[in-house]
Amino acid sequence: MREMASSQARDTFPRLLLQHAQVRGDKPAMREKDLGIWQSWTWHDVAEEVRAIACGLAEMGFIRGENLAIVGENRPRMYMMMTAVQCLGGVPLPLYQDAVASEMLFVLLDAEVRFVFVEDQEQVDKVLEIQAELPQLEHLLYDDPRGMRHYTLPFIHDIRELMAMGRIHNRNHPDLLASEVAAGAADDVSVMLYTSGTTGSPKGVRLTHHAFISAARGGADFDGLTADEDILSYLPMAWVGDHLFSFAQAMVTGFTINCPESAETVMTDLREIGPTYYFAPPRVFENLLTQVMIRMEDASVVKQKMFHFFMAVARRSGAEILDGQPVSLGDRLLYALGNIFVFGPLKNVLGMSRIRVAYTAGAAIGPDLFRFYRSIGINLKQLYGQTETCAYVCLQPDGQIKFDSVGKPAPGVEVKIADNGEILVKGPMLLKEYYKRPDATAEAIDADGYFMTGDAGLFDEDGHLKIIDRAKDVGKLANGAMYAPNYIENKLKFFQYIKEAVVFGDRREMVCAFINIDIGAVGNWAERRGIAYSGYTDLAAKPEVYGLIQDCIEQVNGELVGEGALADSQIHRFLILHKELDPDDDELTRTRKVRRGFVAEKYAPLIDALYGGRSSQFIETAVKFEDGRQGKVAADLVIGDPRTFAIDRRAA
Amino acid sequence: MSRQIGEVILDLKKVSLSFGGVKALTDISFDVREHEIRAIIGPNGAGKSSMLNVINGVYRPQEGEIILRGQRFARMNPYKAAKAGISRTFQNIALFKGMNVIDNLMTGRNLKIRTNLIQQAFWWGPARREELAHRAKVEEVIDFLEIQHIRKTPVGRLPYGLQKRVDLGRALAMEPSILLLDEPMAGMNVEEKQDMCRFILDVNDQFGTTIVLIEHDMAVVMDISDRVVVLDYGRKIGDGDPDEVRANPEVISAYLGASH
Repeated sequence: MREMASSQARDTFPRLLLQHAQVRGDKPAMREKDLGIWQSWTWHDVAEEVRAIACGLAEMGFIRGENLAIVGENRPRMYMMMTAVQCLGGVPLPLYQDAVASEMLFVLLDAEVRFVFVEDQEQVDKVLEIQAELPQLEHLLYDDPRGMRHYTLPFIHDIRELMAMGRIHNRNHPDLLASEVAAGAADDVSVMLYTSGTTGSPKGVRLTHHAFISAARGGADFDGLTADEDILSYLPMAWVGDHLFSFAQAMVTGFTINCPESAETVMTDLREIGPTYYFAPPRVFENLLTQVMIRMEDASVVKQKMFHFFMAVARRSGAEILDGQPVSLGDRLLYALGNIFVFGPLKNVLGMSRIRVAYTAGAAIGPDLFRFYRSIGINLKQLYGQTETCAYVCLQPDGQIKFDSVGKPAPGVEVKIADNGEILVKGPMLLKEYYKRPDATAEAIDADGYFMTGDAGLFDEDGHLKIIDRAKDVGKLANGAMYAPNYIENKLKFFQYIKEAVVFGDRREMVCAFINIDIGAVGNWAERRGIAYSGYTDLAAKPEVYGLIQDCIEQVNGELVGEGALADSQIHRFLILHKELDPDDDELTRTRKVRRGFVAEKYAPLIDALYGGRSSQFIETAVKFEDGRQGKVAADLVIGDPRTFAIDRRAA
Repeated sequence: MSRQIGEVILDLKKVSLSFGGVKALTDISFDVREHEIRAIIGPNGAGKSSMLNVINGVYRPQEGEIILRGQRFARMNPYKAAKAGISRTFQNIALFKGMNVIDNLMTGRNLKIRTNLIQQAFWWGPARREELAHRAKVEEVIDFLEIQHIRKTPVGRLPYGLQKRVDLGRALAMEPSILLLDEPMAGMNVEEKQDMCRFILDVNDQFGTTIVLIEHDMAVVMDISDRVVVLDYGRKIGDGDPDEVRANPEVISAYLGASH
């Protein structure tokens, strides 16, 4: 294996792995916390385990080109399985681990999966639930043996069994793996990721080694990433972002990925690892900030005073210092003091002391939120990309950060704006095809090789791309004014009290909104005011909470009225939903994007009430609990009428 | 299920307990077999908790005897019970509220610690090795009960359902052969109850631990127990597998019919 690695180009992931095993064999490649202690795998260990898994798969009859589904939390062996499958020329297909069985069914059928690798008993049970409908399923492998003692079905195997088999196989056929790896090519498909399917059924996006390696290398060079980075791998493996940051970039640069102990311990693990490179969707940054703010509100007066004083200094000069812009000596000194007393300890609590580069993507981030992190000295940047482009289209360069843009086109990527405002991109990172959907592939990539992102955007004077909305979501109000729902929703969601918002207004005379409150932030707010509540539904219906949300909406209206074309989009009426929108009830996608059409249909009576001028409406909704049982939530929802502002037509 | 229910491991014979004039238990006999889940049910004040207290020696019955693995105990005490591998949880959670989860679970290992106070104070040689071994055991319990995220949280700050789980963890840290659970699911919501049921079944299945539990939720009891004893006013009114007990007219009247 060693001799061949150097003789070939580093153009597929298995070859990259072999090269790392050779060059930095004793450096940690992966870590995972087990029984309270961080365990490491060196690159050499990883290469050996991957070899065992791959040979085991070969022994079981895995063939070149077939898909293998991977379902579970981020664990070293899940990542190793990906490379093992790639070694044999197969395609790993990670699925969202919190998907319910019926959602998994579609993908497993569509991809004609014979082999499934799952994390634990919970996932095994899900697969068994739909086993009758999966005639092609032949092998179900699992990683964690806990609770699996009584599963005697012959097609269920422990991954350790497979690896033991693989080691024997490897002894008998020592050249097999080398020749399999040699047979791979850079434009073979390296992974298949299903889009979450905001519209229609999910599509399998086929991405090649070349695409992901180009994207990973481009990003790593752009930010000067080295083999010494540490990253926490905690985002769903089925998400393109995790695949780029935790898999592709680690493989390209040789840095260390760290898997948390469990989903609940991520915060502690983050603090222990202290990553140097970090990636999270805005909602994670938001949750962190909310927690900090809640704890600050309960802190002693002295601490609060100090916090607010130095945060004011940071707001004034922190981001400028980070960007290397001129700042007065006085502010520099104050900022240095603040760093000792507030920012340093705060970053330590957040687990962000060592961060050199942090990225956020996947949704719009609030300007206040973004400014907060940058002002305390965390180099948080935005990027833009999709599953189809390996999450690699635009990146913000250091020192040129704008709060409302996603940066400049990344190295090797061409971006242009179509006449209808849609963003078109071209480059090595584009998808090869949609699985079994030549029609969809043809529709998404035009004759010149540009991929149509479906997002509407524009370039500003400095060549930074600004995203406005989904191209298909941009509509018109009844009076012809432009209506960009996501833009309004994002403004609403930037308030810590509002978790989710859905606005309506396309071809209607006014804009109305559904609101989901953030139970953590509003709950704390209510507690401090001595407002008793029993749960989400009860809290959401409190008149005081309506007042709180109404204030937020009026602020948004105040902002909108100053934005010319969007002044007509002020929110005239709103209500607070009686239940949280939930992916289990199909209201959100697994990446927590609102399914607008579905929500509109499900809550049609509420929309009628909003536009019908009624002041309240009764609604009863079926809900699905985590264990799959059904229940009902009912409430009499009050409708609020926030203040709107007169539009100065001459200005617009 | 591969779990084999074995011989009688704990046998109670004609146990009577009274506090002054109040007869808490009258002439109660029942047995517990190895590896089984044995439930004790009954209305409030039936003597269920007293029964558990008799088993692990907190109360000393005036009459009757306890036979544990063939050994006769006329007077059991908590220390002997713990030595013999009996551990328990309490209805009103008995944890050190100011200590974190790890330290609470470490108290469950107390009986197994061999080094003395001075060695431990210097944390040297055997004391250090011993503590690491105990800590590893505690980490296994933490992993088993899926409470990694609260490892270092003071117990008093945890929600009730989690405190109950930690209480179970403390009992498990002893590596008991018999586990007494006093209303492990009281005050829990449906989801917490389901989790707790799963843990109880897993403990029983993976470690072969014999479990004696008191519980009010009949659905739970009937689902997870192998055999059920029914007490009412300190007397035994039923004993058998869940179906037999459900069909027993005395039990039905104690629970549904009579006006208590």
